[in-house]
Amino acid sequence: MTITRLPRQPYHIVIVGGGGTGGALAHDLILRGFRVTLVERGEVTSGTTGRHHGLLHSGARYAVKDRESAVECIEERTILGKICPDTFEANDGLFVAITDEDVAYEPLFFESCLASGIPARRVSREEALRLEPYLNPELKMAVQVPDATMDAMRMPLRFFASAKAGGAIIRPWTLVTELLVTDRLVSGIRVRDLTNGTEEEIRADLVVNATGPWAEQLAVMAGCDVPIRPSPGVLLAVRGRWCNMVVNRLHPSGDGDIVVPQRGLSVVGTSSWVVEDPDDLGVPEDHVERMYVEGAKMIPVIRTAERRAAWSAARPLIGSKDADSGRELSRTFKCFDHRETDGVEGFVTISGGKGTTLRAMAETTADVICGKVGVEAPCQTREVVTLPHTAYYAA
Amino acid sequence: MTDTATDLRTTRFVVARRKGGDDPDELRYDTFDVAVGPHTTILDSLVAIRRELDPTLSFRHSCFHASCGTCGMRVNGREGLACVTPVPAGAEVTVEPLANIPIVSDLVVDMQAFYDEFDEAGRPLVRASESIAAAETAEGIDELGRFEDCIECGICLSACPVAGSDPRYVGPAALAAAWRLIDEPRGADPGPVLRLMDDEQAAWRCHLAWECSEACPSGVDPAAAIMRLRGAAAAARARRLFSFGGNR
Repeated sequence: MTITRLPRQPYHIVIVGGGGTGGALAHDLILRGFRVTLVERGEVTSGTTGRHHGLLHSGARYAVKDRESAVECIEERTILGKICPDTFEANDGLFVAITDEDVAYEPLFFESCLASGIPARRVSREEALRLEPYLNPELKMAVQVPDATMDAMRMPLRFFASAKAGGAIIRPWTLVTELLVTDRLVSGIRVRDLTNGTEEEIRADLVVNATGPWAEQLAVMAGCDVPIRPSPGVLLAVRGRWCNMVVNRLHPSGDGDIVVPQRGLSVVGTSSWVVEDPDDLGVPEDHVERMYVEGAKMIPVIRTAERRAAWSAARPLIGSKDADSGRELSRTFKCFDHRETDGVEGFVTISGGKGTTLRAMAETTADVICGKVGVEAPCQTREVVTLPHTAYYAA
Repeated sequence: MTDTATDLRTTRFVVARRKGGDDPDELRYDTFDVAVGPHTTILDSLVAIRRELDPTLSFRHSCFHASCGTCGMRVNGREGLACVTPVPAGAEVTVEPLANIPIVSDLVVDMQAFYDEFDEAGRPLVRASESIAAAETAEGIDELGRFEDCIECGICLSACPVAGSDPRYVGPAALAAAWRLIDEPRGADPGPVLRLMDDEQAAWRCHLAWECSEACPSGVDPAAAIMRLRGAAAAARARRLFSFGGNR
């Protein structure tokens, strides 16, 4: 594989937000020849990215109700498999039908997977139990899809590592205190370095808001609006690796209907509600209890497994302010050029989406940036193999 | 954690602080009173302190479930992951950064040297498939230790008395990673890693304190790996000795 060294651009892009999207965008922009600085108030991936269950989606979960997301997922799953070697545990996923309603739902699910381009295979009860002995023995049948698992921090770290090696300046522990705005033009950011208390201005030709569920809080600093709903979900990790495949309930997405193996733990997720402040989520105990109850319907031993951790993660959902559960909102992503939405130049927001689609989100945003500054530089992230995560910290 | 108001008690957090420009040999301590419930972890409390009392407090975190390994620190002198360490009973709790690793800011440590050792040991390690048919280790996969369960948190290095006295020591985590490569090579050539770790600052430096395995939050048991690594290194030496200048 050859990496084309594109001509250096004079433009400096500042990315606010060190989640998977920001990291992937830094990597993409570096390959297109831009100068890049990324700031993050904490450790990278400390917001939503690191807290997800670690599922690399085949897209099957979205196939019935959100075809656009499903197609994005299977495409990105295939690309990430190539550009992130030694990153995924490719043990596939199993959607298990427990009740007669689940069985009745199966044909629609199966056909929707195939129509989305997701390879799916029907599995008998006996074979499912052979593949995963801890499954509820009362299951009726199952469908196998190419889900995989990953470390929620280490996969995105590969993009940070690659961006850094290419010259991007990655600054964790750096808090944005102000967006520099004059006459409806964003020209940089003011930051406080939390490791020593100093403040400085960082000038930018363009500032990208990649703060996920915090997108609205940052956009307000430039007088802009972003229709983001922080929608948290509770996740429960219990001791014991009770499956090697990702186990999903074969029914319309609901609470506690997925179990993801993570090293020696099993992660059960998730619930869904909507909050105003993504810094103040809480972990409602009744949601934790629901994870035990619903998770045990697929893998009974979960009911009595030792609790290792319970936490909340805020999804950055795009959509109507009127949504109240979060489930009705699409899981696809959107890039907002604030010149078009608010008449503010030099400021772009990328939000929505999910871990599996981080590369595609970056590509779309970088395309918008190229269009805005008038640079022709093709995306290369579909082919360029990213560095191992260890390269982010190692010398 | 959301616990009902009746479950709450107040705990005084004594938190080690150090910022750039401060005396590098000294930690200063700040105190914060935090309302905690039965499920509140040290990490939940630090997040609450940062949100409500001091936005400049810095600490590493990401996954909140003992998977990423970023929130290793010392709680009342003992290493642990803040995200799965409940706030201990008692009026006061002391929180300090990991030992034997340079401090960046407050509870944040610089993992560069730690990861440099890992890269030499042949990281990263991921068991790409558990399916016996597809795995390179076709038989007996259940007998193998899951050294890829290592979350690179640095807790074993902080707990290790040898690392505390000699920064040249490779350390337990990297040695465990090396052993995984030798035990379960999955197509890789373990020879170079074995020779690298057959060194007085590597496999032979351990004093068998077993503090690393005691402290490991992920059940990796680095000390046992070091012992097996010694066995493999000794066997390889013997093979070289009796090969009479043959194929090395």
